[in-house]
Amino acid sequence: MEQAERHAQARKEKQESDSREEWRLRALPFIGILGFLIIWEIAVMLFKLPAYLLPRPTEIVRTLIEEWDSLQSNGMVTAYEMILGYVLAVVIGVPLAIGITASPSFDRFITPILLFFQTVPKIAIAPLFLVWFGVGTMPKVLVAFLISFFPIVIDTAVGLRSVSLEMIDLARSMGATRMQIFTQFRLPTSLPYLFSGLKVAATLAVVGAVVGEFVGADRGLGYILLVANSNLQTALLFATIVVLTALGLLLFYAIEILEHFMIPWHVSRRAGEQEHGTM
Amino acid sequence: MNEPFIRIQNLEKVYQTKEDSIFAVDDVSFDIHQSQFIAIVGPSGCGKTTILKMLAGLVPYTSGSITIGGKKVTRPQTDLGIIFQDSVLLDWRDVISNVMLQVDIRGLDRAQYMPRAKELLKATGLEGFEFKKPYELSGGMRQRVSICRALVHDPPLLLMDEPFGALDALTREQISMDIQHLWMEKRKTVLLITHSIPEAVLLADRVVVMSPRPGRVVEILDIDLPRPRRLDRLPDKFNEYTGRIRQIFQASGVLALD
Ligand SMILES: Nc1ncnc2c1ncn2[C@@H]1O[C@H](COP(=O)(O)OP(=O)(O)OP(=O)(O)O)[C@@H](O)[C@H]1O
Ligand SMILES: [Mg+2]
Repeated sequence: MEQAERHAQARKEKQESDSREEWRLRALPFIGILGFLIIWEIAVMLFKLPAYLLPRPTEIVRTLIEEWDSLQSNGMVTAYEMILGYVLAVVIGVPLAIGITASPSFDRFITPILLFFQTVPKIAIAPLFLVWFGVGTMPKVLVAFLISFFPIVIDTAVGLRSVSLEMIDLARSMGATRMQIFTQFRLPTSLPYLFSGLKVAATLAVVGAVVGEFVGADRGLGYILLVANSNLQTALLFATIVVLTALGLLLFYAIEILEHFMIPWHVSRRAGEQEHGTM
Repeated sequence: MNEPFIRIQNLEKVYQTKEDSIFAVDDVSFDIHQSQFIAIVGPSGCGKTTILKMLAGLVPYTSGSITIGGKKVTRPQTDLGIIFQDSVLLDWRDVISNVMLQVDIRGLDRAQYMPRAKELLKATGLEGFEFKKPYELSGGMRQRVSICRALVHDPPLLLMDEPFGALDALTREQISMDIQHLWMEKRKTVLLITHSIPEAVLLADRVVVMSPRPGRVVEILDIDLPRPRRLDRLPDKFNEYTGRIRQIFQASGVLALD
């Protein structure tokens, strides 16, 4: 009885120290970033760098607040282009990958074309889209789509092919239909790959939208960047970059949350491995 | 005797690859009677897995014939359970759902088979682990789950391809005892492929000894030992059988003399 109590006590203490440890680990990156910003601030003051070369972090924050209305409305434009391009890439990319892995002849037919387009620098195509579709939303969406499309197709196809032969043998010995083999074995096996493709694509989609705006736009964060650049408003440049980064991260973490819900088995296994890694 | 449950006659397999063709199985014939426990032992690469897969209808054979219950095997057989060397569990399903996969894919009644799945898990020492995911289990536990999965639909035939290969010696012994226990209870027809001579003699009624590739049947031994056979009480005859099989392997150069 007494021993059981002692065990419970020990366990509680262990949990407490664990959670303290966890908080420390969580706080570390923020402390790192804060330290970096402080050094930056001090360095600019110390070396008397002009603001058009390198503004102080506090200056950037002030600009962020002052220009918030414009940053927000233009951010919405960029976010819209980014998300539309991204969703398009998922909606077209995933079924394409399924087709490629389901039919060898479709694979032979489409894969060389895909490889060709993947090799073409997407950024170089952007001006062409401007010629074809004008300065509207369309060319930006297309660049975001093109740039995030390939990681999705490729990772999904790799995932769908990663099912082991034994697993297929197992499925066939249970009398599984083609459809069952796909939904019960192939698709779940591919999900971790699919999500890693989705995450890479998420960070690329924002690049695509901005590149599209660079080529020709009258709004959006890419446009703000160009304007700020030509006016030497370096603080605004930085503030815009902050908002752009936040946009990319937002999409990235949205996917990660989705991943948590869709493939908890994979996420927790990965977490377990990481734990081992730090020990 | 009456017509055997499984009849393998003059079975041959040549794998055709881009570069060359591999003669894997050469003129193999043996029968398996209903409720018999057969083991195949043979050197690595002699075609054991190939024979099992051809029997299961997963790989086509080049010539010869296989019949199960009088019917020729021409497509994947579903009236059986297979245990692979690797447990092949689905990471996204917990233990009980991995066992129930068999039931789900076959479209059987879940409610009817659930008690049986639980009973099997209990019999193999997995009670309390029903809702764990595969990555939370040890290798031995995973293999036990795959044994339960192969048995849950109560198939008349059980095929095992080196089911203990990836396990440590202790777990191997434990699970082979489990298998003997299950077999004595249910009397299914079993084909076990193994590298281990003692394991084959311990578990099987008959042991098929194979030559190096291309695999041929060198000898078929009837193991006449009382059951249940226990590792701590092995009769002298046990060593006679294992000694005999070793001799065969030595004669064909598979085992060195010293
Ligand atoms: N899909 C395949 N394509 C071509 N050759 C194959 C294929 N599968 C097996 N083989 C060849 O057939 C031979 C027998 O293989 P098999 O897997 O049946 O051997 P095994 O007796 O099960 O060996 P082990 O004990 O190592 O598992 C080997 O030489 C192997 O290289
Ligand atoms: Mg094998």
